Amino acid sequence: MIRENSDVILSVKDLTATVDGNSILKGVDLEVKAGEIHAIMGLNGSGKSTFSKVLAGHPDYKVTGGSVSYLGQDLLELEPEDRSRNGIFLAFQYPLEIPGVSNLDFLRVAYNAKRKQAGEEELDAFDFDELVREKLDIVKMDAAFLNRSVNEGFSGGEKKRNEILQMALLEPRLAILDETDSGLDIDALKTVAEGVNTLANADNAMLVITHYQRLLNYIVPDYVHVMANGRIIRTGTKELAMELEERGYDWLMVEETAAV
Amino acid sequence: MTIQVSPVKETTKVTAASQRAAYWATLLELAQASASPVKGLETLREGAIAPSQSQSFPTTRNEEWRFTDLSALLDVALSQPDSTVAPSAADLDAYALPEAAGSRVVFVNGQFSAALSDRTAIPQSVFVGALSDAPDALVAQIGQISGAEEEFTALNSAGFQDAVLIHLPKNAVVDAPIHLLFVTVGDRPSLVQPRCLLVAEPNSAVTLVEEYVSLGTTPHLTNAVTEFILAENAQVKHTRIQGDTTTAFHIGKTAISQERTSRYVGLTVDYGSQVSRHNLHVHQVGEQTETVLNGLAYLRGEQTSDTHSAIALTQPHAQTRQLHKTIIDDRAHAIFNGKVFVPQAAQMTDAGQLNRNLLLSPKARVDTKPQLEIVADNVKCTHGAAIGQLEADEVFYLQSRGIDSDSARKLLIYAFAYEILDDLPVPSLKQRLLNQLQIAR
Ligand SMILES: Nc1ncnc2c1ncn2[C@@H]1O[C@H](COP(=O)(O)OP(=O)(O)O)[C@@H](O)[C@H]1O
Ligand SMILES: [Mg+2]
Repeated sequence: MIRENSDVILSVKDLTATVDGNSILKGVDLEVKAGEIHAIMGLNGSGKSTFSKVLAGHPDYKVTGGSVSYLGQDLLELEPEDRSRNGIFLAFQYPLEIPGVSNLDFLRVAYNAKRKQAGEEELDAFDFDELVREKLDIVKMDAAFLNRSVNEGFSGGEKKRNEILQMALLEPRLAILDETDSGLDIDALKTVAEGVNTLANADNAMLVITHYQRLLNYIVPDYVHVMANGRIIRTGTKELAMELEERGYDWLMVEETAAV
Repeated sequence: MTIQVSPVKETTKVTAASQRAAYWATLLELAQASASPVKGLETLREGAIAPSQSQSFPTTRNEEWRFTDLSALLDVALSQPDSTVAPSAADLDAYALPEAAGSRVVFVNGQFSAALSDRTAIPQSVFVGALSDAPDALVAQIGQISGAEEEFTALNSAGFQDAVLIHLPKNAVVDAPIHLLFVTVGDRPSLVQPRCLLVAEPNSAVTLVEEYVSLGTTPHLTNAVTEFILAENAQVKHTRIQGDTTTAFHIGKTAISQERTSRYVGLTVDYGSQVSRHNLHVHQVGEQTETVLNGLAYLRGEQTSDTHSAIALTQPHAQTRQLHKTIIDDRAHAIFNGKVFVPQAAQMTDAGQLNRNLLLSPKARVDTKPQLEIVADNVKCTHGAAIGQLEADEVFYLQSRGIDSDSARKLLIYAFAYEILDDLPVPSLKQRLLNQLQIAR
């Protein structure tokens, strides 16, 4: 929901980044305000995941220029864990499996890290158990998942729902969903989208990276950005996503090249 | 009489080979001087001297010791163990297992300590005691499992000071875990040679925790031999903890003989000693046996820890499982050599072996050699080894959920170790080890 005078949550200016010495992001500009849902679309390899990892602070991705301000502070100065504790959440395109760490323990440690940061008391195992069971309903997950190792042996859809469960617990100010819809059947897609819609409110913002317009039937974006070659080359509304679905990306690329 | 093995002085012009031979000879003298004169052991002692004399101090040119360099021991002057020092019960508090409060046997410097032991929870029919109290028939079973000619096993047989013997009669079930605590204490560097024999008659069951610790930081050489004789359908859960001081040298042998349908579940944890070696030998003598050998070595600083296991199958329908994990930090060095022999007679064997190593520092080192020798054609056997570091992506995933990088690393190390430690059969021991290894959350 676009409102003129809501807070700026994220402001990215001319951001460039490299990985392994290759320049991947080549000048990204983006502003996200509270209450807004932004979609980023683009072909494979255009730099969407790189952008999300730079925002979350992955050490392999080196920022070489530009700035990122988050709630008025320099995001790039913060360690990944501090970004998380300050309300940034990245739902991974490929969530990792962590054998030996129970999902419940993992969720509790993560949740308490955030509480501690906010100066709140940590929840004990008993109270946390109650809380997490409430949140399970949002993603329609079975409680049995809590006792399994983090993502180990989970199906693709289960992993993605587990990401949304983490998001539901951490209640981020800025959620970045990297292709959370990829590889989901339509029921799982609806579940994930409903989860996201339940969690979206006037104070937070969502950055939804997707390959397919399909997701945007369920999560309605305020803005649609197209990323190509490490930059955002076009910004529009959900109609832009429809157009991309119909015509593909080529025409945009041609216009872009012509404009340069 | 006190005999000392002296380090070679700079001025003494001797070759390395003769130095090693001299050191070995004096080890044997030390052993013999400490040997308790017990009726029924003469043949074993005599029999061990010749193989021991024919050996020398192992070098890394010896294939069995290729990666495990004991030469630092040559600089340590060893004496007979000090029998005058005695720790107080409070000194051992840190190692007390509440589950084994009435089933604890303590050895101090290789000698049984009645004062520190408590056997009140052990059933009347079960014998748990020192060499001097043991029935002759039980003493006669010491050293009967093959492999007795190995250099350090022979050295132990030639002169162990005392032994703990355990006899479980037919159908006996001991509910409490039996805790064998071998403590080395005192300021005098010494050769300590404990011995242990467990005979489990048909259908008996027991959980045994065999633990080695040092009070203080004086170097010592512990050369321990433990034997398990499992009769038909006997079940032994055995946990072996090696936590000697990091100046110590520890050579341990576990030999297991398994009759038909017996079940041996072993779990080793190595975190002590400067250099440690564990030889683990399983001899199958009846069909349809089950064997589990799991282990964890957590090494730091300059520690070296070597596990050499051999499972010799001779009968059909055996099931064996081995998961050996190591966590290696700083400049530490882990060695794993795991053999499984599956001859023609061992049809329908189901054998699995895996060695996983986690390197935490660029200077950490591991040498691993899982070996399967299969002749039988109708078997299911798998083996493998993996060496890895903490995955940067895994650390990042945890960080992105608000967990700082140090805690994230700890959590991942914990998870790696937990797969082994989770199976520890005594809860208080599990908690203690997690704390001790500083991987508890
Ligand atoms: N860790 C990495 N190492 C090397 N190259 C990478 C790495 N991550 C991404 N890239 C490269 O960066 C480019 C953009 O990739 P990515 O951000 O994953 O795109 P998208 O998410 O839009 O598909 C690709 O050419 C990819 O090969
Ligand atoms: Mg991607």
